[in-house]
Amino acid sequence: MAIVTPLKTAAEQALVQQFANVKAELPGGNAVRKLREDAFAGFEAKGLPHRRLESWRYTDLRGLLRDAKPLAGQPAITPEIAERLAALKLDGIRLVLVDGAFAAELSTLEGLPEGVTVNALADALVSPREDLTRILSGPGVSADDSGLMLNTALMRDGVMVEIAEGVELETPIAIVSLVSGVEEQAVYSRSVVLFGKGAKGTVVEVSEAAGPKAAQINGALVIETGDETEVQHVRIVTRHAAESVQVQSLLATVGAQARFDSFALVCNSGTVRQQHFVRYAGEHSEVGLRGVSLLGGQEHSDVTLIVDHEVPHGTSRELFKSIIGGEGTGVFQGKVIVRPHAQKTDGGMKSNALLLNDGATMFNKPELEIFADDVVCGHGATVAQIDGEQLFYLMARGLPRPQAEALVLQAFAGEAVEFVADENLRVLIMSEVEAWLGEREAHAVVSAI
Amino acid sequence: MPAVQETIEQVKSIDVTEYKYGFVTEVEVDKPAKGLTEDTVRYISSRKNEPEWMLEWRLDAFRRWKTMTEPTWSRVHYPPIDYQDLYYYAAPKKGASPKSLDEVDPAILETYKKLGIPLREQEILAGVQPENRVAVDAVFDSVSVVTTFKKELAEAGVIFCSISEAIQEHPELVKKYLASVVPVTDNYFATLNSAVFTDGSFVYVPKGVRCPMELSTYFRINEQNTGQFERTLIIADEGAYVSYLEGCTAPKRDENQLHAAVVELIALDDAEIKYSTVQNWFPGDAEGKGGIYNFVTKRGDCRGRNSKISWTQVETGSAITWKYPSCILRGDGSRGEFYSIAVSNGMQQVDSGTKMLHLGRNTTSKIIAKGIAAGKSDSTYRGMVSAHRKAIGARNFTNCDSLLIGDQCGAHTVPYIEAKTATAVFEHEATTSKIGEDQLFYCQQRGLSEEEAVALIVNGFVKEVLQQLPMEFAVEAQKLITISLEGSVG
Repeated sequence: MAIVTPLKTAAEQALVQQFANVKAELPGGNAVRKLREDAFAGFEAKGLPHRRLESWRYTDLRGLLRDAKPLAGQPAITPEIAERLAALKLDGIRLVLVDGAFAAELSTLEGLPEGVTVNALADALVSPREDLTRILSGPGVSADDSGLMLNTALMRDGVMVEIAEGVELETPIAIVSLVSGVEEQAVYSRSVVLFGKGAKGTVVEVSEAAGPKAAQINGALVIETGDETEVQHVRIVTRHAAESVQVQSLLATVGAQARFDSFALVCNSGTVRQQHFVRYAGEHSEVGLRGVSLLGGQEHSDVTLIVDHEVPHGTSRELFKSIIGGEGTGVFQGKVIVRPHAQKTDGGMKSNALLLNDGATMFNKPELEIFADDVVCGHGATVAQIDGEQLFYLMARGLPRPQAEALVLQAFAGEAVEFVADENLRVLIMSEVEAWLGEREAHAVVSAI
Repeated sequence: MPAVQETIEQVKSIDVTEYKYGFVTEVEVDKPAKGLTEDTVRYISSRKNEPEWMLEWRLDAFRRWKTMTEPTWSRVHYPPIDYQDLYYYAAPKKGASPKSLDEVDPAILETYKKLGIPLREQEILAGVQPENRVAVDAVFDSVSVVTTFKKELAEAGVIFCSISEAIQEHPELVKKYLASVVPVTDNYFATLNSAVFTDGSFVYVPKGVRCPMELSTYFRINEQNTGQFERTLIIADEGAYVSYLEGCTAPKRDENQLHAAVVELIALDDAEIKYSTVQNWFPGDAEGKGGIYNFVTKRGDCRGRNSKISWTQVETGSAITWKYPSCILRGDGSRGEFYSIAVSNGMQQVDSGTKMLHLGRNTTSKIIAKGIAAGKSDSTYRGMVSAHRKAIGARNFTNCDSLLIGDQCGAHTVPYIEAKTATAVFEHEATTSKIGEDQLFYCQQRGLSEEEAVALIVNGFVKEVLQQLPMEFAVEAQKLITISLEGSVG
């Protein structure tokens, strides 16, 4: 049964108008233009994702976007943005996007290691590169997602980073995406990072807001890793307005005998939908996807992932931790697909959630779709409160309850964070986690008094 | 384990991919013209001498059904069903409501004998210990042909009869409970069933009564092009206990036959219902031709405090299985259980699982699902565990394991775990793997053939569920699993 979804909401109609207005001025050659047109036609056929679509069951984007905010124009470099950048504890190469546009003047482009090239995506889109549309399209399993289609149609800028064969990055490449938050607006950006054969490195994605106004953010990161690469991806989404809504897609294609790890932290960010699409392009590769969501208030964090084992001998591990307080909602939808010839696949997926109080909600849907027999796949999902025995143990040793809780929660989140290989990043992530827990603890102490 | 020895014997004695219940019984039947209209509904109702309210209820369901569309969300594929090309009612001409077994068409009795279903009470009494007695309601195509042990059950106060009889004789109970668990418009197939259901079993166990014997219904689809729409309603009043088992077979036919049943269970305070199914409908031949479409809605309502409903199913037959026996845990302290073995081979498709809806306080549920896929079959576990905001202290444990035999089958797991209260504790684990080569090697090294070794390992894999079945049926089920996997190795 085809679900008929005419574009009927105000937001959908506004998007149609917006695309018609800007499509001529969006960057890209003929191939890219066609990609945009096709993607938008796909969006028009499907409309904004809504809860009757299985993959968007728990995040009703159509309901959340009451209107389509105006598309971000020329970025305004406000003092707050400079402040945010100065406060970031990230060393290494820093590529800054403001309201989705690449801000070369805020980025560290000098002293790039040899073999690393950086271009604004807007420039890359007009380059005659033949494999551009293939790269932009990402894994096949992402093809029918209308959230991503919108990004493809409306992406304005971002960065394109290429790491040449054999280059081993000593410091991470950080793509810092800030929204100015001076006015309500919609930001569509996409970045691409390509690792040549045997390259090693870390890509950090930071999504933050500098101002208080809510934004609609639709971001995508394409990562393609060659054979024998080792790549770590870290995403930190924080400091967004409570009313902001964002969709962050990760499109990863992993080469043979490669290792790809991703970690995502979400906290203090309104509604965040992350979708990871991972494809194995070669055999004997290992993929690890992990994350922590810290939710309070009315916050909503959705992690949806599709790991597509197309080839034999792939290994995948997923571990997602959710700590949910207030009236927050956590969603985990993981799908591991093992195609008919992908023998010897080893897949393990786990989602653990702690609900801190009544009013918090968790939806778990770990899926396996297996068409090959010689595989070992498993998944586990749990939802519970903080273990009373653990609390008792700590409180018996003299810790007040809020601190005891914080300690248990810190360890709970830490189980996923510890997979981040880079120590500085691990410390950075844990400091965000601790700050969040500290705030909660302070609140608990105040309310106890 | 002696049963394993038995399994091995069974394997030896059977031809590969043989469905032993595939024979056809030649009996004269009474059936209306093909197709489904209001007249068909009226025909069925009048054939059953139903009261006016029942006819109205059916017609209402039929009108609603016409406005609905067939669901497509499950992972099964089949050509569109032409609902106008089916017979909706088929009754053996003789003995539609027999006074005694002597009035039943001997051909039908012969059928049940071949199937190994005991209908003659005296025979059972002669050879079996009293505590192992089973009362049987035998349903042949659209009607119940005989119900055994009625008298003895009546002495205990238990009502066990066909649903048609219950509509005549216990209308107050039927009116009160029918469709109170599965609403008429619950889903496409349930609505269709409401309009055209023909027969099925009705059980009422009064307050404080522990049903003195196992109850059982045996379903047999015999006629060609006939859909079977059975309706079962089981009510366990306060403090009552009943264990119920259903079994199903059908002849081998080239066309697909539709089986769309609705089963409703209601457990009041402190009551317990144990419902076991051994489903062995004709699965179609090796190329996927023929076989039963088993589209069934089964749901239990733990309506009372501390009530318990337990589903156990062994699914080896049907070309397509689409069923989710569920529990609504409404009463405080109620408990739901689901134990399932789904074995698929050849071109079979299984999309099955359960729903545990925690509504009351301190409700608990347990799900053990074992899927075994062989040949070119596809097996999906689809389940939901949810805790309502007020379901304080809800607890669930889910374990679903899949075993793959051969490289052309598929096993999928689609669980939904939804917690809206912080006091809920839900655990879910699932694994998929093939039979370990080291396990096979170990068995073969000790002199078992590969097929015997597989049978042994599979039996171990499903043991947890088999243990939940009443003893007589556990042995039967074990044999069935072995037979279903015939020809899947090597």
